[in-house]
Amino acid sequence: MENLRSETHPDVGSYGEVNRAVLKLLDKPGRSYYILLTVVLVVLGIGAFAWLSQVVLGIGMSGLINPVGWGAYITTFVFWVGIAHSGTLISAVLFLFRARWRQSIYRAAEAMTVFAVLTAGLFPIIHLGRPWVFYYLLPYPNQRGIWPNFRSPLLWDVFAVGTYLTVSATFFLLGMIPDIAAARDGTTVPWRRKLYTVLAFGWRGTANEWRHFSKAYLYLAALATPLVLSVHSVVSWDFAMSIVPGWHTTIFAPYFVAGAIFSGLAMVITIIVPIRKIFNLEAYFTPRHFDAMAKLVLVTGMVVFYAYLTEFFMAWYSFETPERAIFINRVSGDYWWATWIMLTCNGIIPMLLWSRKVRTNIPALFTITIFVNIGMWFERFVIIVTSLAHEFEPWQWRNYQPSWVEMAIVAGSFAWFAMWFLLFLRVLPAVSIAELKEVLPAPLRRTRAGVAESHGKIGPAEGI
Amino acid sequence: MSAAAAHGTLGVYDALDSATETIERLRSAGLKRITVFSPFPSHDLEHALHAGESPVRIFTLVGGLTGAATGFAFPTWASMTWPLVTGGKPIISIPAWVIIAFELTILFGALSTVAGLFISARLPQRRVMQVYDPSFSSDRFGILVLPPAGREAEVRDIMREGGAAEIREQVQEVKVGDL
Repeated sequence: MENLRSETHPDVGSYGEVNRAVLKLLDKPGRSYYILLTVVLVVLGIGAFAWLSQVVLGIGMSGLINPVGWGAYITTFVFWVGIAHSGTLISAVLFLFRARWRQSIYRAAEAMTVFAVLTAGLFPIIHLGRPWVFYYLLPYPNQRGIWPNFRSPLLWDVFAVGTYLTVSATFFLLGMIPDIAAARDGTTVPWRRKLYTVLAFGWRGTANEWRHFSKAYLYLAALATPLVLSVHSVVSWDFAMSIVPGWHTTIFAPYFVAGAIFSGLAMVITIIVPIRKIFNLEAYFTPRHFDAMAKLVLVTGMVVFYAYLTEFFMAWYSFETPERAIFINRVSGDYWWATWIMLTCNGIIPMLLWSRKVRTNIPALFTITIFVNIGMWFERFVIIVTSLAHEFEPWQWRNYQPSWVEMAIVAGSFAWFAMWFLLFLRVLPAVSIAELKEVLPAPLRRTRAGVAESHGKIGPAEGI
Repeated sequence: MSAAAAHGTLGVYDALDSATETIERLRSAGLKRITVFSPFPSHDLEHALHAGESPVRIFTLVGGLTGAATGFAFPTWASMTWPLVTGGKPIISIPAWVIIAFELTILFGALSTVAGLFISARLPQRRVMQVYDPSFSSDRFGILVLPPAGREAEVRDIMREGGAAEIREQVQEVKVGDL
């Protein structure tokens, strides 16, 4: 039997090797894992304490003041929703485009999506003065006979983010069924066997199951693609539907979607680089993957930068005094530093990715993506805070400073996200086993040339 | 079913082309009750089995249309029960409903796709009614045939000629997870 090598994963030999390598991730973790988990839980504890203090003592514990009613919480909400987007891009959009390099990274990216939406979803609730009545947001039958205002962008957000959480979690768990079955068949640990038996739904990998599964996966991808575009558009309309200067523009939806994918892809790279190192997955996350992702970061980064410039141009061209004032204030006012962090991290630093050397240099790429993450948080901060602090009437102008409670909760959100991700790495297969096999050459009895003569249709997976 | 399964013949294959060839030979010998196990979705196997179009798409379509209809009907009904003008907009503001309908189209479409998969593929399965081998989720292919009485030898020969690495006869049913 001959054994060809895949072009995308040249160091992966056989199907069995994929199972062994991926399932090895689920083995007993090393000390560094527990140290990391402890740090994460401590930070999460600090964040939880900060929130508790806000719940007990009131929203005044945050730095929110009139007129800046939206601050670090909403900034972080938009940030995490944005982070979520690239997971769906990689798992659904690149699936529809038949991008052959997505197979090994999409599971981690998808997990990131689910946990990022899970994190984002907390912030509108944290932001509420009375978080225990958060369910007022939902349209549920009640004895008062009143319903939410369906004309409000904030309610659209409930539908968009709720749908996104449900669909991305469904897509994530459903796509994992065959891999969980592989984990079920490969483990001897009793609790794992029980868990995987339940989550695999009795999957056997029959041709019939695969036939329906492939179709269901395709349709879910087709549904998730417009969803990913709609969610951040709806989030952007939280701002754009109002008349606040700096917010009320039609460019917001595409600008936010591009920014979301930009930040999300950067976050995928930030997460995958250490995982690859710690778990020795060099054969699965190759420089080719990083190169492809870096190119996407570059493209979306250019769209974002173009949108920044367009905003400035439109402020000048519109001849609107408040609009002009807000943009002059952004670059030279009290928050000039935030604006310049945003412009430098999102506009200038990603330009380094034009160089192929930088794109395939993993430490350099890692550093750039951290800058992008920082820059994208500040982008939302700039949009939200500078506009609210500097609205139409000068007597209303007032600056906002995040309080320690807000900073602790924002830090805690990173810990919350990291906690889910760390647990995921040890419980569920972090690389798709079945899909990797689709891009590996199938084991054949006869040589490929012989097969081509007799069958034609059997051969290595297309495109490799 | 258990009686029939007890008479099943299972061929285990290392190579994809051996498996597809065996399927084609079994089919041309008139044996149609074939169950194929594979570690990943293979178009070659699907072609060899002459499988039809999956009905999952109907579920997706119906779910999506239901979602769209709900997205328009529900806000309309809810707004009519307490007609309160906000922002000087009509009580029934179709452009705003479009967004709700868009999201619900996707939500209902996705959930009914999952339902469609579970119904079509008969999941979840508490019991595997036929034999299963853990290597089917790793690197081997399996072909299970339930031959009519008296044709067991013929099936065995086809599998052997097709290049089976292993042939098991009189296979028993096993429970998934207790392998």
